[in-house]
Amino acid sequence: MTDDAQPATGPQNTNDDERVKAMGGFRRWLIRPELGGIVGTIAVFTFFLIFAGDSGMFNAQGIMNWSQVSAQFMIIAVGACMLMVAGEFDLSVGSMIGFAGMSIALMGVTMGWPIWIAILLTFALCLAIGAINGVIVVKTGLPSFIVTLAFLFILRGFTIFFPQIIERRTIIGGIDDAAVGDWLAPVFGGEILGFLFQWLSDIGLIDVFSRGNRAGQPVIDGLPMLIVWAIGLVIVGHFILTRTRFGNWIFAAGGDAQAARYVGVPVERVKISMFMLTAFCACVFATCQVMEFGSAGADRGLLKEFEAIIAVVIGGALLTGGYGSVVGAALGALIFGVVQQGLFFAGVESSLFRVFLGVILLFAVILNTYIRRIITGER
Amino acid sequence: MSSFDHNPIVEMTDITKHFGPVIALNGVSFDIRPGEVHCLLGDNGAGKSTFIKTMSGVHKATTGKIMFEGTEMSFASPRDAMEAGIATVYQDLAMIPLMSVTRNFWMGREPIKRFGPLRMIDFDKANSVTMSEMRKMGISLRSPDQAVGTLSGGERQTVAIARAVYFGAKILILDEPTSALGVRQTANVLQTIDKVRKTGIGVVFITHNVRHALAVGDRFTVLNRGKTLGTAQRGQITPEELQDMMAGGQDMVALEGSLGGTV
Repeated sequence: MTDDAQPATGPQNTNDDERVKAMGGFRRWLIRPELGGIVGTIAVFTFFLIFAGDSGMFNAQGIMNWSQVSAQFMIIAVGACMLMVAGEFDLSVGSMIGFAGMSIALMGVTMGWPIWIAILLTFALCLAIGAINGVIVVKTGLPSFIVTLAFLFILRGFTIFFPQIIERRTIIGGIDDAAVGDWLAPVFGGEILGFLFQWLSDIGLIDVFSRGNRAGQPVIDGLPMLIVWAIGLVIVGHFILTRTRFGNWIFAAGGDAQAARYVGVPVERVKISMFMLTAFCACVFATCQVMEFGSAGADRGLLKEFEAIIAVVIGGALLTGGYGSVVGAALGALIFGVVQQGLFFAGVESSLFRVFLGVILLFAVILNTYIRRIITGER
Repeated sequence: MSSFDHNPIVEMTDITKHFGPVIALNGVSFDIRPGEVHCLLGDNGAGKSTFIKTMSGVHKATTGKIMFEGTEMSFASPRDAMEAGIATVYQDLAMIPLMSVTRNFWMGREPIKRFGPLRMIDFDKANSVTMSEMRKMGISLRSPDQAVGTLSGGERQTVAIARAVYFGAKILILDEPTSALGVRQTANVLQTIDKVRKTGIGVVFITHNVRHALAVGDRFTVLNRGKTLGTAQRGQITPEELQDMMAGGQDMVALEGSLGGTV
């Protein structure tokens, strides 16, 4: 017996270090959280270049179309991603979008307050609700799934109730008129870099209107602030998560809250601030949306919380927290936007988009579980 | 033994701790000097965990006196104890497996560099310090970005110990660092404990394994049913006596006989 055991332990001892070092470049790439997002992005672009390349999807207007849809997903995905890395969920994002839009409409149109006041008060309100979400989760220790599910219904209920009793309808328009001349409204509903698009049309890279009262002007006026917000949030979020002390605490809070507490990380504060971030992102989404549409509807933002979570999971984040990437989540959002609009351009029945979502979600979760095993060495 | 020339860093006398009607500690006395390994032995439920949590500021003692470097102290939180120089390495909560070694090493105390108005983690410094501190403890990392999950249990304990040493611990409390480890990893951790002792840090080594305790310990205190049964110095006590004391004076000999002397 002992004779058999002896040689078995011998080579194992000497191999210990080499075994760790044997992890090659391929596996190291595999454990990057963005991998799934990068592969998926390449795949969907290849697919639609082949099947919808001549449908106008990749001319200036087409690109602007799916970019805007992707940017919407991106804005809420950034918040959902950082919250998920911190180990929590927020299912109230969609209701928060409807709630924030309605809040701006009620204050700005029904009450007649200046739009900038309506926007700022709405942001304050949303941040406060996000903080309440967070405080309840960290103080009670309940799963955030349940707490935010409650707020999903509470906020949606109020979003229908208030316009009903005040205005006897659930869609309030006239925000665009109220926002004329406002200093803050263009930050969400405006466009920038108009000269760039003028120049692009001058050199013939993008089309100009050939008739109508805007004949000669480029088909795209400028870069919508919606896209600017999306890119800005992704950059800031990625920087905070990967480069700052606070980012390290976000990973720690989601990775193992108790271990983080033992070394002095303020886990409660980190989690509450991440709930406030998702609320902020939902509010940015809502404000851009009401400025674009000029109206607020009580059904806005339906199911957005799940779409945000799916984008984040496609982006490589683990549902259990402690691991994820804002850039990955942004790529997940891009995949969403491209597929949703691409199916339209390719002339495919749009209900198939949901089928696609379900399938890609399953693939992403299976891939992530596999990657987690590689990182932690579990079998 | 040189450590006896020094005064104790921490001296705890007649500590009691009650949780409601439960008496977890009923008169525990313990002290730790710089540069020694003081083993705290006891069976499951003897009160070892409660005692070290009292020492590291998690619990407040119901009665009793805690002297820290000659002055009476009472720690309000683990953070206070940590600031004073008492570092605790918990058995399974030491590390976050999904995060890199560097991120774990610096967690809560990340080095900051400024870039204009931006304050970010100084990863160059963090990585190089982590690598060199780990090398001192005899572990060569593939890269500081390596996730802690890829390390073995013993290596994880070593990262936590290296972290405590680097951040200036005067006392290192190790809560059952070897209980979940294999033979080779245990030897590595015991070696690390020896290295730490040589830097002048006082090590409190909690274990229920007499052989691990005797391998590195300078002094041995046995805890049974919430009380200290006494402290012995190295060479004054045999493994059998320690084993008997841990079992509460029950006759282990009979039991050992029936198990063929393997306990």
